[in-house]
Amino acid sequence: MQSAKGRFLRPNTPDKRALLLWLLPAAFLLFFFYQPLLAIFRLIFSAQFRSGWDGITLQKVLQPLGFTVYQAALSTLFTLALGLPSAYVFSHYNFPGKKILRLLVSLPFILPTVVVAAGFNALLGPRGWINLGLMALLNLDEGPIRFLNSFPAIIIAHVFYNTTIIIRIVGAAWSGLNERFLQAAAMLGAKPARAFREVTLPLLSPAIAAAALLVFLFDFTSFGVILMLGGPKFATLEVSIYTQAFHLFNLPMAGLLSLIQLICTLGISIAHNRLSTHKSSALSPRSESANLRKPKTWQEKAFISILLLVLFTLVLAPLLGLGLRSVFKLEAARGERGQVEAGLTLDYYRELFENRQGSLFYVPPITAIRNSLFYSSLTVLITLVLGTLVAYALNQVSKMNRWIDPLFMLPLGASAATLGLGFIVVFNTPTWTNPAFPILIPIAHSLIALPFVVRTLAPAIRNIPQSLRQAAHMLGASPLQVLREVDLPILRRSLLVSAVFAFTISLGEFGASSFISTPDNPTIPVAIYRYISQPGALNYGQALAMSTLLLIVCSLGIWLIEKLRLPGEEVF
Amino acid sequence: MLEVKDIYKTYEGKPLLQGISFRLERGETICLLGSSGSGKSTLLRIIAGLETPEDGSVIWDGQDLRDIPPYQRQFGLMFQDYALFPHRTVEQNVAFGLRMQDLPAQEVETRTKEALETINMQGFAKRQVTDLSGGEQQRVALARAMAPGPLLLMLDEPLGALDRSLREQLGQELRRVLHESEMPAIYVTHDQEEAFAIADRLLILHDGKIVQDGSPEAIFSQPNSAWVAAFFGLGNLLPGKVSALEPPTFQTSLGTLVSANSSAQLSVGSGCTLLLRPEDGRFCYDNENTLNCIQGVVSDCVFQGEQYRLRLDCLGSGELFVYAEEKILPEAQVRVHFPPESIMCLPD
Repeated sequence: MQSAKGRFLRPNTPDKRALLLWLLPAAFLLFFFYQPLLAIFRLIFSAQFRSGWDGITLQKVLQPLGFTVYQAALSTLFTLALGLPSAYVFSHYNFPGKKILRLLVSLPFILPTVVVAAGFNALLGPRGWINLGLMALLNLDEGPIRFLNSFPAIIIAHVFYNTTIIIRIVGAAWSGLNERFLQAAAMLGAKPARAFREVTLPLLSPAIAAAALLVFLFDFTSFGVILMLGGPKFATLEVSIYTQAFHLFNLPMAGLLSLIQLICTLGISIAHNRLSTHKSSALSPRSESANLRKPKTWQEKAFISILLLVLFTLVLAPLLGLGLRSVFKLEAARGERGQVEAGLTLDYYRELFENRQGSLFYVPPITAIRNSLFYSSLTVLITLVLGTLVAYALNQVSKMNRWIDPLFMLPLGASAATLGLGFIVVFNTPTWTNPAFPILIPIAHSLIALPFVVRTLAPAIRNIPQSLRQAAHMLGASPLQVLREVDLPILRRSLLVSAVFAFTISLGEFGASSFISTPDNPTIPVAIYRYISQPGALNYGQALAMSTLLLIVCSLGIWLIEKLRLPGEEVF
Repeated sequence: MLEVKDIYKTYEGKPLLQGISFRLERGETICLLGSSGSGKSTLLRIIAGLETPEDGSVIWDGQDLRDIPPYQRQFGLMFQDYALFPHRTVEQNVAFGLRMQDLPAQEVETRTKEALETINMQGFAKRQVTDLSGGEQQRVALARAMAPGPLLLMLDEPLGALDRSLREQLGQELRRVLHESEMPAIYVTHDQEEAFAIADRLLILHDGKIVQDGSPEAIFSQPNSAWVAAFFGLGNLLPGKVSALEPPTFQTSLGTLVSANSSAQLSVGSGCTLLLRPEDGRFCYDNENTLNCIQGVVSDCVFQGEQYRLRLDCLGSGELFVYAEEKILPEAQVRVHFPPESIMCLPD
């Protein structure tokens, strides 16, 4: 028997353990989230900017707010219209290619907005496949379809993005729905439609509401899509924060809009949380394959075929259009004259490594790629360390969690623009904005990716039976050995999933990056945005080439996540 | 060896353990027996160091273990759900405790092999524990707990999750392994047959206290309270009132009964519970014997292999169970005699 050496170092109550675990993440959050947030509030009311209040009218607040709610509500409705039937098909039928399609519809969720915007641009933009095709066919000087900078573009992009959320959440609930209930309803004389209305719908409604709220939240805070596909005509709160801060230099106005946005998103987040914890108990955990069948009647087959075709086109067309457009030369580069030889080319990719413009503000694309890889790696490091601490803290039985947990909820509701604005207000000093080491970008990315990491790790940690750790203790393993021998090997997959999540989120993040990246140190999405809005076929091609690379990396990411994810784990 | 002194523990504000004390001697196997929720497992976990008592101490060879964390106590614990590491093979599970002792790889390997041999699982070394059946998992869990050679082995309802035939088979194996290893052991169960089969000594836990401590034979023949007799299902329990002391005579709902087992605590007028074991009842067919004779009508007759179990309806004043060698049809009138030396008087 050994002595009890070192027992004073061992925190022996859950409260002390929780406190120790919270320490670092809480400090990080206080400094990099709450401090900027407070600074925004101060900004709104500070005397220094009193004069700035002159520019603030109710109209300027209500207009973006109204439009934000309107477009989010409409987008959510359309997303539900496509998502609910898809959720039904995915949870009830087996059909060839289901696995691939499932993966494919999950892809948009992790795709950077710039890639999606570039995809729709490559398909339906003025220089996209369809317009160029129609121009050649009908001998027109200008593309006849004006998709970019239109309201439908916003809605379609949002549907593209969020259908997977409905399929995932509602589909999971639907496939877990005990078929006995429907059988019982049938035995009691309910026709299928009646049974659906009286049994299925009420049991599914919490899941549907939770999914719809989440979609609404994402549409509400959408930034890149509105900026790049909607154009200057359409200003949501998020975009208004950006234009007020950057184009009009009206920081108090931007701050006020941030505050309003934060209150709204917080409300939606809380409502969503309430709903997802009140999941129906009728949803018994069963193997998902239990309800699956093959389509038999021609009606079933027709319904499924049409639906899958729509899904397939919606997801694949812009992405394929993007990939193909990046290797096809269809128009003249700037400075080139006369007829261009149309055809396959890798020019745009080759050009990524060169700096044609030679101007101070135009760095070669390879710099952006290098920057992004560096920032993403740092983000992975920060989020894994902090996320693991938070996830362990959440698993302590401690009263403290009730206090601190909501503090960690808030960043979920904060938008990228709010974050970016706060950073500009607080950290606009040489220490933080040192161009040689722009640490703020990975920090902002970490704040955005942290919730995803925590939501992946916390359930995985919770699922490790306490008896395993105790068994290891009884066999002589010290706490550190237990962590190394029991926890870490079991968590390996979840840690890897978290790392991939953090990496892809950071790689594709546009909103906060567009606020804080310096002109000579852009990230990939910022560079894409810059190139795609420049005239000239070369810039356009480079933007598409970079988007395609990003698309490939993100696809690999989601494929890895799907492959490694334990069954039943969802991060929404 | 192990000494448990005055352990107190509450669970969600309710007292769970109220002053538990006992000693465990070298090479002894004791069984903690009690109904579910009686705090048996909690007591085990307190000894293991996985939970801390509100009061009292656990002492090993004169040393108070209060500040010794579980992983330094060198006790083995076999968990109710086995807690096998799902990310490790059978072999790696068994080797875990040996590796924690920083033994050379060669020794870890040989001792792991030995441990697997003791439970006849040599062929399973490379298998994933998730692929094993319940019985196989149980054996691996046992091997894992025993492989490091713990000072004390504790088993928390080790057969609880298995079906009946497997329980019997593995129970026998467990007894063999425990006996051969001569490791002191504490075995927790709520199953009395299991306890009788394994234990040198039984501790009966009830209402947070040890109500009886003794060998299985002693407890079976001399339960010290009505609760213990009821818990073991020893027989008919009949409330009675003392009407005379020489010999002890009791008034019950089934009439006057006389016992030959006198007890010091008896006083005229006090209440107690009489134990009438079904196997002690004798049928009487004439009127020769009137002492301790109970008349009844057969209301149920259940075949139990070697005998029949009869339920008697005693003229509206109570029920009585007895055994019969042959089938007696319901509605039959019988008279049953209990010899005075078979009747025990138990304090409530």
